[in-house]
Amino acid sequence: MRIVCENLSYTYNAASPFAVRALDGVSLTIEEGEFFGIIGHTGSGKSTFVQHLNALLRVPSSLKKYKPKKLKKGEVPPPAPVLQVGEYDLTNKKTDFFALRKRVGMVFQYPEHQLFAETVEKDVAFGLKNFLKKGEKLSDEERKAAVSDALKTVGLDYDEIASKSPFDLSGGQKRRVAIAGVIVTKPEILVLDEPAAGLDPLGKQEIMQLLHRIHGDWCKTVVIVSHDMDEIAEHCTRAAVFSEGKVVMCAPPKELFREAETLLSLGLDIPLTAKLCRALKERGIDIDCDYTLEDFTAKVLALKGGDGA
Amino acid sequence: MKEVSFGQYYPVDSFVHRMDPRLKIVFLIGFIVAIFVANSFYGLIACTGVLILIIAFSRVPFVKILKAVRGVLFLVIFTAVINILFHGGEHVYWKWKIFTVTREGIIFSAYLILRLVLLVVCSSMLTYTTTPVSLTDGIESLLTPLKWVHFPVHALALIMSIALRFIPILMEETERIKNAQKARGADFESGGLIKRIRAFIPILVPLLISALRKAEELGDAMDARCYGGKKRTKYKKLRFTWRDLVGFLTLALLITGVALLRVYVGDIV
Repeated sequence: MRIVCENLSYTYNAASPFAVRALDGVSLTIEEGEFFGIIGHTGSGKSTFVQHLNALLRVPSSLKKYKPKKLKKGEVPPPAPVLQVGEYDLTNKKTDFFALRKRVGMVFQYPEHQLFAETVEKDVAFGLKNFLKKGEKLSDEERKAAVSDALKTVGLDYDEIASKSPFDLSGGQKRRVAIAGVIVTKPEILVLDEPAAGLDPLGKQEIMQLLHRIHGDWCKTVVIVSHDMDEIAEHCTRAAVFSEGKVVMCAPPKELFREAETLLSLGLDIPLTAKLCRALKERGIDIDCDYTLEDFTAKVLALKGGDGA
Repeated sequence: MKEVSFGQYYPVDSFVHRMDPRLKIVFLIGFIVAIFVANSFYGLIACTGVLILIIAFSRVPFVKILKAVRGVLFLVIFTAVINILFHGGEHVYWKWKIFTVTREGIIFSAYLILRLVLLVVCSSMLTYTTTPVSLTDGIESLLTPLKWVHFPVHALALIMSIALRFIPILMEETERIKNAQKARGADFESGGLIKRIRAFIPILVPLLISALRKAEELGDAMDARCYGGKKRTKYKKLRFTWRDLVGFLTLALLITGVALLRVYVGDIV
C-alpha cells in the first residue's frame, strides 16, 4: 500500500489558548516496499504525522461532526489535505477506519507500557481477537499458532513464555512481547515510533534485525521514527526530516547526510560515518560513500590502495 | 488532550489574575455568604453587579462563563422545577394532586436559579483566574492556624498540589494508552454497558501501573533532593497589594449592603 500525503496540517487544542500547531502543510509520499525513516526534533510533528497513518488522529474532514468553515469574502480557501493509504482515503468520513487499522500496525514509543493482560498469550492475542470480523470465530489452535508465530518473529519462545505474566519479564522481553502484540495481525504497513529507545546496544540491534526479517515478507512497508542517525543511515531506503511541523528534506540517506550542515543547523545529529567523512574532508580526503558502515570501510580501504590487506 | 473547560485556568494577565489567592478564596466564601444573606431583589442585583465587575476585570471571555454554567444547567433546572411544584404559598395558579404552582414558588425558584448561577460562576472565576499552584499556596496559608494544633497543613498542601499537577500528566498518559490499544483494534465506542466497561480494562491496568511507577519515581526524586526538612521557605511569597485592598473593600461593602437590605427592606415576596 502506497502512502500519499499532501498539505496535511494539524493543530492540538484548536480554538483555545493552548492551541499548538503540530503539522503545517506536510506533503510526503511513501512507496510500497520502502524502509522509511522519519527524523526530527522533539515537537517537530513526527509523532503527530505517524498517528495520522492509521487514523488515530483524523483529518478534520473525516470526522462525523465536521462542517466546512465558511469563508469570508475574498478569502482563498487553504489547499485541501490529501491523505491516502493504499485504497483508503483518510479524508473521507465513509472510510472503514477499523479495516485500515488492521492493515497499518502501529508500535508506540515504549510499547511495553501498554501491556495489561494476565498472560503473555492473552496480551498478544488481544489485537487478533479485536480485528475479527463480525461473526468470524477463531479456534484455539489458530490463535495459538498466530501467537506462537508472532512470538517467534520477535525472538521469543512460545512454550517458555506464553503462560507467564508480562509484568514478570525483563525490559527487553516486555518490549518484544508488546511488538508481538502489534505484528500478530501481520499488518502490511508497520509504523514504529522509536522502537529502540531506552534499550541497550544489543537490544537495539535485535529490534532492527527483527524489522528486516519481517520487511519484505508479509510486511511490505516499514516507517520508523528515530533519533538514532546511525540507524537511519544503516537501514533506511529514504528518510524525511521534520522541523516545526514541516518536511524540510526527504531523500535517501546518501543524499540526506551529504547536507550535514543543514541537519546540524536544525539541531540534529549525523551518523558516525558522516562525521568521519567530514573530518577526513577537512584534511583534504574526499570520500563518496552512502554512509553505511560497510560502504564507508570499503571506500576508505580502497583509498589505501588495497582491499583490506 | 481533551478540553476540560469547567474551572480550568485561563491564562491571561488581568487585575483579578494578579490578586492574592488568599483574598480570592476569602472573597469567594464571603460572596457565597452574601448571596444567601441577600433575600431581596436589590440584594441579589448587587451581588450580580459585583460579579459582572469581576468578570469584566478578569478578561475571561464570556463564552467560558457560559460553559461553566452549562456544566450545572441540569442541576439548576431540576432544583428549580422541584421548587416550583412543591413550594406552596397563597397565590395559587395551578393545582394537581400534590403539585401546586404558586406565585411565591415561582419567585422563590427564580431567586434560587440566580443564586446557584452566581455561586457557580463565582467559583469558576476563582479557578479561571488562579493557577492550581497558587490556589494551594493560598489554601496552605489560610490554614496556617491549624498548625498550632499540629495539623500537617504543609503535607496536605503538598498532596493537593501533587494531585493537581498529575491530572494533566495522567490524562495525557490515558490518551497515549488509549491510542495504543485502539491501534490494536480496541473498540471503546460500541456495545452495551458491560462491554464498554470491560473495554476499559486494557486502559486501566497500564494506567494504574504507570501511576504507581510515576509516584515511586517522584518519591525517589524528592528523596534525592532531601525533601522533608523541617523549615521550608517559599519561592513565591504571597503579598497583599492595593488590588487586594480594593477586593476586600468591595466584599465588605457588598456584605454590609445585603445585610442592611435584609434588615430594612425585608423578605423577597
